[in-house]
Amino acid sequence: MNIPEELGYTKEHEWVRFNDDGTVTMGITEFATDQLGDVVYVDLPPVGTTVRQFEKFGEIESVKAVSELFSGISGEVVEVNEKLGDQPELVNSDPYGEGWMLRVRPSNPAERDNLLSAADYGALTA
Amino acid sequence: MTTAHPQTTRRSRTSYVPHTEADRRQMLETIGVASIEDLFVDIPAALRNPTLRLPDGMSEMEVLAHVEQLAERNVTVDRLPSFLGAGAYRHFIPSAVWQLVGRNEFYTSYTPYQPEVAQGTLQAMYEFQSFVALLTGMEVANASVYDGASGLAEAMLMAVRLTNRPRVALAASVHPDYLRTVETYLVPQGIAVERFDPAAPPDASGFACLAIQQPSFEGFLVPAEQVGEAAHAGGALFVVAADALSLGMLRPPGDYGADIVVGEAQSCGVPLQFGGPYVGIFACKQKYIRQLPGRLVGGTVDHEGRRGYVLTLQAREQHIRRERATSNICTSQGLIALAATIYLALLGKEGVRQVAELCYHKAHYAASLLTAIPGVRLARPDPFWCEFTLQLPLPPSVVNQKLLDRGILGGLDISDRIPNGWLVCVTEVNSRDEIERLAAETRAIVEGR
Amino acid sequence: MSEPVIFERSQPGRRGVALPPLDVPEAPPLPAEFRRDDLPLPEVSELDVVRHYVRLSQLNFAIDSVFYPLGSCTMKYNPKVHEDAARLRGFQQIHPLQPAETVQGALELMFRLQEALGEISGLPAVSLQPAAGAQGELTGILMIRALHRDRGETGRRVVLVPESAHGTNPATAAMAGFTVKPVRADRAGNVDLDHLRSLLGPDVAAMMLTQPSTLGLFDPNIEEIAAQVHASGALLYGDGANLNAILGKVKPGESGFDVIHINLHKTFTTPHGGGGPGAGPVCASPALAPYLPDPVVGERDGQYVYLHPPKSIGKVRAFHGHFGMFVRAYTYIRSLGADGLREVSEHAVLNANYVRSRLQDLYELPYDRICMHEVVFSGSRQKQQHGIRTLDIAKRLIDYGYHPPTIYFPLVVDEALMIEPTETESKETLDGFIEAMRAIAAEAATDPELLKAAPTTTPVGRLDEAQAARRPDLRWQP
Repeated sequence: MNIPEELGYTKEHEWVRFNDDGTVTMGITEFATDQLGDVVYVDLPPVGTTVRQFEKFGEIESVKAVSELFSGISGEVVEVNEKLGDQPELVNSDPYGEGWMLRVRPSNPAERDNLLSAADYGALTA
Repeated sequence: MTTAHPQTTRRSRTSYVPHTEADRRQMLETIGVASIEDLFVDIPAALRNPTLRLPDGMSEMEVLAHVEQLAERNVTVDRLPSFLGAGAYRHFIPSAVWQLVGRNEFYTSYTPYQPEVAQGTLQAMYEFQSFVALLTGMEVANASVYDGASGLAEAMLMAVRLTNRPRVALAASVHPDYLRTVETYLVPQGIAVERFDPAAPPDASGFACLAIQQPSFEGFLVPAEQVGEAAHAGGALFVVAADALSLGMLRPPGDYGADIVVGEAQSCGVPLQFGGPYVGIFACKQKYIRQLPGRLVGGTVDHEGRRGYVLTLQAREQHIRRERATSNICTSQGLIALAATIYLALLGKEGVRQVAELCYHKAHYAASLLTAIPGVRLARPDPFWCEFTLQLPLPPSVVNQKLLDRGILGGLDISDRIPNGWLVCVTEVNSRDEIERLAAETRAIVEGR
Repeated sequence: MSEPVIFERSQPGRRGVALPPLDVPEAPPLPAEFRRDDLPLPEVSELDVVRHYVRLSQLNFAIDSVFYPLGSCTMKYNPKVHEDAARLRGFQQIHPLQPAETVQGALELMFRLQEALGEISGLPAVSLQPAAGAQGELTGILMIRALHRDRGETGRRVVLVPESAHGTNPATAAMAGFTVKPVRADRAGNVDLDHLRSLLGPDVAAMMLTQPSTLGLFDPNIEEIAAQVHASGALLYGDGANLNAILGKVKPGESGFDVIHINLHKTFTTPHGGGGPGAGPVCASPALAPYLPDPVVGERDGQYVYLHPPKSIGKVRAFHGHFGMFVRAYTYIRSLGADGLREVSEHAVLNANYVRSRLQDLYELPYDRICMHEVVFSGSRQKQQHGIRTLDIAKRLIDYGYHPPTIYFPLVVDEALMIEPTETESKETLDGFIEAMRAIAAEAATDPELLKAAPTTTPVGRLDEAQAARRPDLRWQP
């Protein structure tokens, strides 16, 4: 199972990437996509929405399941992956790349410490 | 070990159970118990095998004779002229409709959970969705809901979910059963249900939706377009309840701004059968499909690229989303929706319009004869399709009783809504002779003869 | 092979049905603002329609052609006499708003069916109105809500639902304005009594319980559960989806339920081809009788009349319910009588246990105990050992000529395979099915690709459900 070393993780299987411009990018892990199966729909909040760490920001549907999406960090949504509207399958094919979901400007960068490391997340899903 | 209960050895005349004594013995041996009663040990002994006070079973011959006796005690609408409508309509049903619905492979299948062995049902449902979308002028439709009344309640709940406004408004002229169903469904969820006059729609800014029935319960056409404009001006949705067959002639709600269209398709090939089962239609704009209640069938392909159909967007439904589902609805009206599909296919482009027009002209002929009776007038000046409300110079209950004595089932007494209001329905099955008899007898009754 | 949609058979000018000419003077035209212009429906002949739908029907599996052990759905044989009864003109050609004195036979049938269901359930206050099981649930839960409110207990905002319940239970509770809390099961599959005790309190309005459960198990602690629920001031709602297992064996009312719904189409065999129609009468205790939907049928001096329960929750649909289904269920109950009904449940349970006994060496049985009308296996062994999913097993059964069991339900069982044979199936049929299941278990080891490719005998193979959901194609486009 691919768990990139440089990312932070939530217990609910979201990953968080800290970008050079101070924003963070979020998506769900390969483990999560494996559990869900073929993703058919991703419901994401509009740009400008305030999200809070470990609270629900959206929903993801596969053919026979639905799951809530939880934010890895608090802040304001500055970009949404519009491609997922037409191609939700990107979440399956490239969960850490083209399958990203939100870009957020964090309101409290210290929250980074609340996230799991790749090693901790790997242990959680082993 | 428990001993066999005496009742397990007594055999009824009919039970559709094929087991022989030898089968039972071998099966119990395989299971490793001594008696069938041993399979029920989880039921506390004090509660087990209660007395059932029911009449003894009957053979097929006896039971058929019994139900025939019950059936014969009903006065049927095909034996005397009937002018009752009010949400349940008698129309001609071509023979092919129920002969095809009755095909064992349709009739005794089930929810198409395994699409490879249910393509017949799935494609028929896809065709039903297509017919409903075309009739209503909407982008998408589901595979049916229970009936028009519960469909309206579901539509208003959907509007609340889409707008996050816990308040809805419903035209006062909708069918009273529809209104009561909406209240039963919505009020416990903390949603306020208010009523309005479609001629003067309210400021919709606080409402999830404005809903009308077209034609109204009283049979008249309401100024729908202005209600839709008022709804949209206030950021609310516009919900329309329509009779499916009326749309053979009436403007489709999608044309005048409806966001959700519901209604009853009983008029399309479904017998009256004392109120059900009928079939509710449910259509909406494409952008709202993820909030749609009920089953949906979609087209797709198999691994070899062959076209096929499956139940789809199931993540909306209760079996996946549980308490967060769009509705608790599970069962559709499968067979009844199939009957409506076949009816619409048989009647087709010309036939559906022709039936709707026959109803229109005959209803107007009846209205012209009845309003020629002194003291009888239309309750409203508005246009109507196959039903209209008259105000009589004497109580409709009196008129109906006297008509029944003369072998006619009159209109519906709605004097609780309109003083001496009498809701009369005329369809293509009412002959000119029946209509003229109704007018003549009503005249005689009004004139005290 | 594939059949085009009916719209694609259309030829301009073709007609399916001739209608009589207008025999009255024409009325002035409808004002243009109300009139429709185009009506884009197909133009096909009667024979086109007949061939099309006959061909479609031939693509289906059905009980009348194959064994259909779809767990929880109770696909038993639908006796043909029911259809003759339901199609009597005296039942088909009556309007729901006719004066009561002109429909005495219909009202008597409804009254007698109410009485019979009240007797079978041990809950005498009966409404036939709900259109299906889920609507029956909503009706029952709304009645419970109304009773609590009348008692001034408006703080009861929670409904308890076991984890294994049908999805309709939590969805219903939410629709009735309640918060749902799940109740855990113990290792034997019964309600975890300690967990239940910890959840009960002054905020709980009701517990919804399916008995026997969706695991096909009768919870032997039912009296204790009912006592606990009642002691906390809550009511016990029964999901009667599995009533077919206990006809004449136990009355839900006597075991402590306050209100249940019955799926007439399951237990009392009314046809529901393609997934409906159902019918979901509710049966309630006398305390709940004032809240029944309006109207119910009563008897007064030999006449059958409509009664209006004084504190009715209102209506859940138009008119009186699915009368056509009442005729069939009534015919069934009168055909069988008390003894016949008891035999139904006894043989439904016998058949399920026979299947259990003959397959439990090859398939994982998560709850190894006597079951009721259905048995729930897990495909976990095949998954671990051979990478075969329950879905593959189900699809392979199709190639053997059987409709698959219910799969992946209940959710609490991994790779669930839920088999409900019903009482109308003979030992030979069960033996044939069992042999197929055993052969598939062997194939899982020797030729797993065969299972993954199944079914190969059907008009289409496995369909791309992800594509259907990602790019919805929900209708034909002109």
